[in-house]
Amino acid sequence: MNEVNELVKEFLVESYENLDRLDRDLVTLEKEPQNRDGLASIFRTIHTIKGTCGFFGFNKLQSVAHVGENLLSRLRDGLLLLNPELTSALLAMVDAVREMLGHIENTGLENDKDYSALIAVLTQLQEPLPTLDTVFADAVSEKTTVVEPAQSPHQRIGEALIEAGKAKPQEVLDALRAQAEGDPRHLGEILVEQKAVEPHELVQALKAQETSAAGVSESNIRVDVSLLDKLMNLVGELVLARNQILQFTASQKDTTFLKTTQRLNLITTELQAGVMKTRMQPIGNIWNRFPRVVRDLAVACGKQVRVEMEGKETELDKTIIEAIKDPLTHVVRNSVDHGIETPEARLAKGKPAEGCLLLRAFHEGGQVNIEISDDGAGINIERVKKKALERGLITPDQAERMTEREAVRLIFLPGFSTAEKITNVSGRGVGMDVVKTNIEKIGGTVDIQSQAGRGSTLKIKIPLTLAIIPALIVTTGGGRYAIPQVSLLELVRLEGEQARKGIAMIHGAPVYRLRGRLLPLVYLDRELKVSAQSSNAERDVLNIVILQADDRQFGLVVEKINDTEEIVVKPLSKQLKGIPVFAGATIMGDGRVALILDVLGVAQQSGVVSEVRDRALADLAAKSQDRHDDMKTLLLLGMGTDRRLAIPLSQVARLEELALTTVEKADGQPVVQYRNQILPLIYVSDLLGGSSASAVSSDTMQVVVYTEEGRSVGLVVDRILDIVEANVKVQQAGRRAGVLGSAVIQQRVTDLLDVHGIIQAASPDFFTTPVSV
Amino acid sequence: MSEKQQLCTFYLDGLFFGVEVQKVQEVIRYQEMTPIPLASHVVQGLINLRGQIVTAVDLRRRLELKERQADKLPMNVVIRTDDGPVSLLVDEIGDVVEVEAEAFERPPETLRGVARELIRGAYKLKDRLLLSLDSDRAVSLNV
Repeated sequence: MNEVNELVKEFLVESYENLDRLDRDLVTLEKEPQNRDGLASIFRTIHTIKGTCGFFGFNKLQSVAHVGENLLSRLRDGLLLLNPELTSALLAMVDAVREMLGHIENTGLENDKDYSALIAVLTQLQEPLPTLDTVFADAVSEKTTVVEPAQSPHQRIGEALIEAGKAKPQEVLDALRAQAEGDPRHLGEILVEQKAVEPHELVQALKAQETSAAGVSESNIRVDVSLLDKLMNLVGELVLARNQILQFTASQKDTTFLKTTQRLNLITTELQAGVMKTRMQPIGNIWNRFPRVVRDLAVACGKQVRVEMEGKETELDKTIIEAIKDPLTHVVRNSVDHGIETPEARLAKGKPAEGCLLLRAFHEGGQVNIEISDDGAGINIERVKKKALERGLITPDQAERMTEREAVRLIFLPGFSTAEKITNVSGRGVGMDVVKTNIEKIGGTVDIQSQAGRGSTLKIKIPLTLAIIPALIVTTGGGRYAIPQVSLLELVRLEGEQARKGIAMIHGAPVYRLRGRLLPLVYLDRELKVSAQSSNAERDVLNIVILQADDRQFGLVVEKINDTEEIVVKPLSKQLKGIPVFAGATIMGDGRVALILDVLGVAQQSGVVSEVRDRALADLAAKSQDRHDDMKTLLLLGMGTDRRLAIPLSQVARLEELALTTVEKADGQPVVQYRNQILPLIYVSDLLGGSSASAVSSDTMQVVVYTEEGRSVGLVVDRILDIVEANVKVQQAGRRAGVLGSAVIQQRVTDLLDVHGIIQAASPDFFTTPVSV
Repeated sequence: MSEKQQLCTFYLDGLFFGVEVQKVQEVIRYQEMTPIPLASHVVQGLINLRGQIVTAVDLRRRLELKERQADKLPMNVVIRTDDGPVSLLVDEIGDVVEVEAEAFERPPETLRGVARELIRGAYKLKDRLLLSLDSDRAVSLNV
């Protein structure tokens, strides 16, 4: 039998899925050995595999599965209790089965490996059998509230009744003991007779038991990914055809036709969304492997680690899920291996012996955030610096001047590995730099935060999907180019005098002064070697797209900025693979092809970021010059004649300019109608004293919309000045209500506004009243 | 019994070429193209083939023939490759011609340069020679 036939293939796919679940179930079960459901499901899985491979004639696989099944059946019947030794053996069995399946998948035949040792271990573990009595004695002496098993199905109903508060643990325990002593009746019957539960309560509990045992419903089918890709392409074509028809309808008057196109439009949009959704998978699909990974690793390192997950259901495109699988696994292993300390060390520091690894995922601003935190030792800055020095990645001088944050980021440098002793787990030189490169390859970013003794958090931001991304369309030299929005920071437009004078030259290299910082400029037409329609020198409008490449920023000068659009990303053929400045191509609404710029590629080609190491070094050197540990993005506001205020931009939801006539009163308070809500207004000038808003004679007012927990409030200010990134060093803290303190920003004394305090003062119930009325 | 093969034929600078019919996905008239800055001059641009983005290779440039006159629009012979379809830009399209293996002859030693790499040989037709193009090599720019 040389080719794997369809049936076997199906068996393999199904078995792999089952095995993955098995890993999870076993690890969970180790934590709560009383979970009969889990055991029963594990038993069923192995039983199915055993049965099916018997049918296909895979005898070796069958024999391994068989001993595993025997062991499991003893566990299920409560003759054995799951302990780490048993779990390890069972996991080894799962691995063996997986290995054999892999061999069958590749060759269609079983491998020749000898599994008799494993079989012997599994057989031996079935002995010695504790008797029913000993199990019981243990159970009673442990005084557990959860009843230990006599016979599994009955135990479950007892548990259910206790959980529902229908029966007392003691009563169930008594009934169980009666059963063990030879009472032939069902547990429920005994309980009803003892008047411990009402008959109808028992019926309810039994029904609940049935439904939960039914398991996952059969509402899913398997679909080949290539079929989905094809559907995706077809939908892309349909979208284009739709766009063309819509352009055509502009000149048509036939109402039936217009109606039909409108319908076509709606259906296409919905279809597109639907097909996109088929490619989405919850991140839980890859996370589910981690409890097993962590468990094995923790056992190997003699550590105790608990895995917690938040946002398992967060969905990502399948291709992205595939791409982040390995980097994430690496990070998780790193956290357990290097991050979390041994139980002794933890106890000595006053932490619980069991370390915690927290995986979080959530959507934010069209991107997916993934955070992996541990409560371990954190990154040892001195050790990192020392290692970087040894490896010649930094100079002693740089090490001296480096801030903590920069030092932590050293671990992303290629050729860096902190493991003092090389374990088989991690620390082979391929480290965090590989993680970083892989994440960046799919348009994501990585950041790490660490607190000595408290643990570290790795934050990953990745786009939702690679297939369709928001992009900014620009024109240069007659060609249209798409710039992925993830790299986009802001747009700057210089006109007239500014355009001619705004650009300074440093030895032939153009720079632009953006809020006090020098930003290197790259001319897209020069990089692409296309001739611009008008020469750069004599242009009176200069469009600069500020981009983020790696951790550097630069300005890309383009001829025209068109619009943002959702684009369908298509790869370039191999004839064009060698051009680093392009990431792919896309088809625009008019049916023509536009190229997608690879921002990192452009930056590299133009020298903004050079060789990986140089880049990191230059960056560190540049940053060390102005030490800042507390960079914040601030919104600068002007009050009265020359007073300056600042609010952290993170607290600002939107900036609005509203007509004064829109202000109404509600309960005596000024409000405006804003996005179908009533937005209470707070006049900052009134609260802070100083000049009043009426000093500004205009028909409109500037409103900063502040949102917290679904509630918004509008802060009326005199002027909105700028957005700056500044190192805030608060001096003269808190002299007056509403002001946190003062700092020097842009060489001007600026008051930091206490937004929380101001809102509290104006409407004390803002933070306390529930949103819904 | 002689082996027969069908070739899709086209003209390039007065020369008569053929590609195996099985390799040809379709033949389409001139399409608007998006030029690709920094790409090899052999690659003329990208075309939108019903939602698929296809790279167009100018076969004249590829074979180092002289440039097509600016007012003449090329035709697309879209061929299948492992890497997806690629379009070959040619001057004009000919018929599908059935050729016999006996009529084939390897190129003479005097054929040099790129052409030697890309032209497998010639089929001696009654009135002219039909050059057999190795389309895989033609679209692979490394050869």
